[in-house]
Amino acid sequence: MAIFLDETTKVVYQGLTGSTGRYYGNLNREYGTNIVGGTHPKKAGTDVDGMPIFASVADAKAETGCNASCIFVPPPAVKGAVMEAAEAGMELVVVITEGVPAHDEAWFYNKLVADYPDTRLLGPNCPGIISPGKANIGITAGHIAKAGGPVGVVSRSGTLTYQAVYELKEKDIGVTTSVGIGGDPVPGTNFIDCLAAFEADPETKAIMMIGEIGGSAEEEAAEYIKANVTKPVVSYVAGVTAPPGKKMGHAGAIVSGGKGTAAAKMDALRDAGVQVGLNPTEAGDLMAEIVKNL
Amino acid sequence: MDLFEYQGKEFFAQYGMPVSPGKIAFSVDEAVAAAEELGAPVMVKAQVHTGGRGKAGGVKFAADIDAVREHASNILGLDIKGHIVQRVWIEKASDIAEEYYASFTLDRSAKKHLGMLSKEGGVEIETVAEENPDAIAKIWVDPVVGLREDDVRGWIAAANLPDAAVEGSVDILQKLYTAYVDGDADMVEINPLILTPEGVVHVLDAKVTLDGNSVFRHPDYEQYDATQTRDEREAAAHAKGLQYVGLDGSVGVIANGAGLAMSTLDVVNQVGGKPANFLDIGGGANADVMAGALEVINNDPNVKAIFINIFGGITRGEEVAEGIIEAMKRVTIDSPIVIRLDGTNAQQGRDMLAPHLGDALMMEPTMLSAAEKAVSLVAG
Repeated sequence: MAIFLDETTKVVYQGLTGSTGRYYGNLNREYGTNIVGGTHPKKAGTDVDGMPIFASVADAKAETGCNASCIFVPPPAVKGAVMEAAEAGMELVVVITEGVPAHDEAWFYNKLVADYPDTRLLGPNCPGIISPGKANIGITAGHIAKAGGPVGVVSRSGTLTYQAVYELKEKDIGVTTSVGIGGDPVPGTNFIDCLAAFEADPETKAIMMIGEIGGSAEEEAAEYIKANVTKPVVSYVAGVTAPPGKKMGHAGAIVSGGKGTAAAKMDALRDAGVQVGLNPTEAGDLMAEIVKNL
Repeated sequence: MDLFEYQGKEFFAQYGMPVSPGKIAFSVDEAVAAAEELGAPVMVKAQVHTGGRGKAGGVKFAADIDAVREHASNILGLDIKGHIVQRVWIEKASDIAEEYYASFTLDRSAKKHLGMLSKEGGVEIETVAEENPDAIAKIWVDPVVGLREDDVRGWIAAANLPDAAVEGSVDILQKLYTAYVDGDADMVEINPLILTPEGVVHVLDAKVTLDGNSVFRHPDYEQYDATQTRDEREAAAHAKGLQYVGLDGSVGVIANGAGLAMSTLDVVNQVGGKPANFLDIGGGANADVMAGALEVINNDPNVKAIFINIFGGITRGEEVAEGIIEAMKRVTIDSPIVIRLDGTNAQQGRDMLAPHLGDALMMEPTMLSAAEKAVSLVAG
């Protein structure tokens, strides 16, 4: 099993006609993702490398029965694209686009919670989600992850996710699903959503959670783990040495007013019984020990 | 993007909020001319992107023109927490009966907008939050619903503002929320929001941070790019479109991806070194980007060794290697480089780099060993 995404998920790409969307759409298709096509209001009836273009997500759903969308459109168009996907009844909406205004994110996050509770939003500014061997939505290089579990991975950072799943693969450890929740201030899906799903997934036996500075998502996850997660969790938090008040690349990665430090996050996680590695390699080693003893 | 107080006041004024007339001055003479035009008494206020100006002597009352001259000459050039004052705001002085605090920002945990209002203004809100948390009235606003007048009245009542301040505050707080949302601000803060002896509520200070991601909606925000506080290295990197944060160590760091770049700093620290910077070159690592990054690092006189940490995902190892080799042809690098290259087609990339290895370019198999190598090179 996997969480949120598997080989039966039918995905439409909003922004498939753009160069980035086309590039990753092709890579995702080659990986085996069940892609039904893309959307463009003026290019319906055409195709991108054999993938049909529909006028809208609603049209794509009517024609193909798709239930998920991946968004590659530029930042000004993201709010409209997310709402279009939700209105069309998509169960999973993955927003790869970076640079979406925080007020847009806060707005569509709350709009979805209120009016489209069955739509799961992932991102914006995330690498996507991969259930190795089954499907891959987004910009993760599929071959760096070994299929089959037993580890579920959730991370705020793209490259650190890649680093983590690759290190696991090098140790011959598989991944059920790897979810990149993204580095923005209002992620559609958070650590707790993923922890709950991994806890419920019988194939996932252990969880790797990669955090970074800023906000309090790791602290909230720690509390959740303490109360609800029975499976072993290994964590790494990036940004121990980040100076306060500076955004470290990600819009959400900032220590402000003494809040959101890596040290506080690691303390909270340790307190919840999580094994914390001081760097990605150490976290990988800790996970290898756990998997060996499963 | 952080605005200076005077820019914040211009921003607030666009949304109809009451601010005092004033003028910006870059020299003592300009300050005097501004005060003469406005008419004494005036305030002379340092314009810097940091708090605690008052305590540092950066905000002074001037009863007459001589006092303006004296204060402006003291304040211009003043060092406030590492920020050198280059401009002062000359503003018509206001009589103050009471000082309040008001702000809006995003509560990432609640995923709603958070408004904070307090009767205890004029001091740092963090201090109030610590010493008298009950003095801060909070309101969470659903962005879809917006801020309704009834909510504002309840919020003001919860903050115990006096009757005389209620109507003026209702007006200003609604406009502050509109400015925050329509203006795509990360944060808007008025401290202090004052009540004058005449019973008028007035905006006496403005702290505004705008969302850089919203410039496509607000082309006029590009003007603020020029007034951001950046050190020379940050300015050079910014001009090349690189995600760079200057630090004070000696190991220059280049990595792909914000998370990996942060992690690289951590590892350099763990092995006893000090990073000179955070630099994320993003997903691609082509020769242009790599050359630009190396140039920025090379111009930092504190850098004694460079650690390039690349994990190829979609970007393939041979492309990364090609980028590094090409970049090194274009830029003459003063410090030795240690590379760690992993991920997609890493072996091919390593094979390509092999003939170029020597004292100037070294390769290590892991992040940790590469950090150790770079740090040992700094120690000499």
